[in-house]
Amino acid sequence: MAEFEPKIIAFLCNWCSYAGADLAGTSRIQYAPNVRVIRVMCSGRVDPTFVIKALRAGADGVLIGGCHFGDCHYIEGNYKAARRVALLKKMLGQLGIEEERVWLEWISAAEGSRFAQVINDITAKIKELGPFVRQNRIQEA
Amino acid sequence: MAKLKLALYWAATCGGCDVAILDTNEKILDIANIADIVFWPIAMDFKRHHVEAMEDKSIDVCLFNGAVRNSELEDIAKLLRAKSKTMVAFGSCACFGGIPSLANLTNRSEIFERAYVEAPSNVNPERVFPKTKTAVSEGELELPEFYDTVLALGQVVPVEYFVPGCPPPVDLILKVVDALATNQLPPPGATIAAEKTLCDECPRKKEEKRITKIYRPHEIIPDSNKCLLEQGIICMGPATRGGCGARCIEANMPCRGCFGPPTGVYDQGAKMLSALASIYDVKDEKEIARMVEEVVDPAGTFYRFGMSTSLLQRKRM
Repeated sequence: MAEFEPKIIAFLCNWCSYAGADLAGTSRIQYAPNVRVIRVMCSGRVDPTFVIKALRAGADGVLIGGCHFGDCHYIEGNYKAARRVALLKKMLGQLGIEEERVWLEWISAAEGSRFAQVINDITAKIKELGPFVRQNRIQEA
Repeated sequence: MAKLKLALYWAATCGGCDVAILDTNEKILDIANIADIVFWPIAMDFKRHHVEAMEDKSIDVCLFNGAVRNSELEDIAKLLRAKSKTMVAFGSCACFGGIPSLANLTNRSEIFERAYVEAPSNVNPERVFPKTKTAVSEGELELPEFYDTVLALGQVVPVEYFVPGCPPPVDLILKVVDALATNQLPPPGATIAAEKTLCDECPRKKEEKRITKIYRPHEIIPDSNKCLLEQGIICMGPATRGGCGARCIEANMPCRGCFGPPTGVYDQGAKMLSALASIYDVKDEKEIARMVEEVVDPAGTFYRFGMSTSLLQRKRM
């Protein structure tokens, strides 16, 4: 059987992380091809619904990328993201979803190599966890 | 005009929805004027075989309260669906799974273990559990099959209207009755309540929402004129459909979310989580960890009435 290739959805902020991903590309840095990028204006725009919906729709992991603290284009969007993700992880834990399915990373526009490293790390971790399989009407024998 | 044929049923529920219908007081006579009740197990002596004997679509409206969590409830939901022209999910349990759907944070074997072995009033050393079939000398006895996952009515059969609330308030019930009597029902699929959130109709004074501590309702006596969220109490108002008349708010208690998500919201819990994390005004990682600590039971708080219809529906076991 072929090795499990996880699908990772990355919500990247327009001002830092998306530019960081762009830099990784223009710098021809190689990294795992498992990530699908969705650009948002700010990590503070990422509603926890997006993360849950991504998992429900078949993603194995979700990355939210924002500017480093103090650098947010909208002053404090990344602080909101930090609080939301922290609370979301606790709630997902109660729902039987591993903490390492959801990642929050600060990647600046200058950190192309860091972006590549983050994607490689996440891909490796999620390969360890295995695919995310949602249960709805489980019926035991 | 011929009288409407009305059926009422209760599934996995506490019975409060049926009591809410009786709470219409003298208006119940209006209901009796426009409708003949053909099935109502809690109040009248009709049996299942009476329903089975009816022709398909011969019941005009079925008000179904309660969630579906075993095979018998699923059967009767399908039976009543076949016999009814209009199916109404009545109350939060039928609409979203309600309080029973918190059982989706566990499963059948854990529930049985607790109910039949661990509960202090039990003596069950042989570990006897209910079985769907039991052979006795007189033949075989059958029990309904208990499901791992609690389902909302709409997840089992098609539903025309949703009347949320735990229980639905009397004025909403009368609104439904009026709409039935005058044949002015909204298009199918509608939720009979407000479109906007509870905050939109909440009478409290709302100012800047910034908090640095979350209080549980027993830890504080809140100011009865000021927004409860601004006082640090988790009030589900921002993520909950209005139309209830802010009953809990009037009693100085926070909204717990029984009206479900407003129009356009997929996941009530995620929305509330988002709102609460936004207004908690801390930036330091230690303080963020404190916030996470203060929300003692996020899944149980944010999905209190709606685990079944939430995006993830249940815990992965």
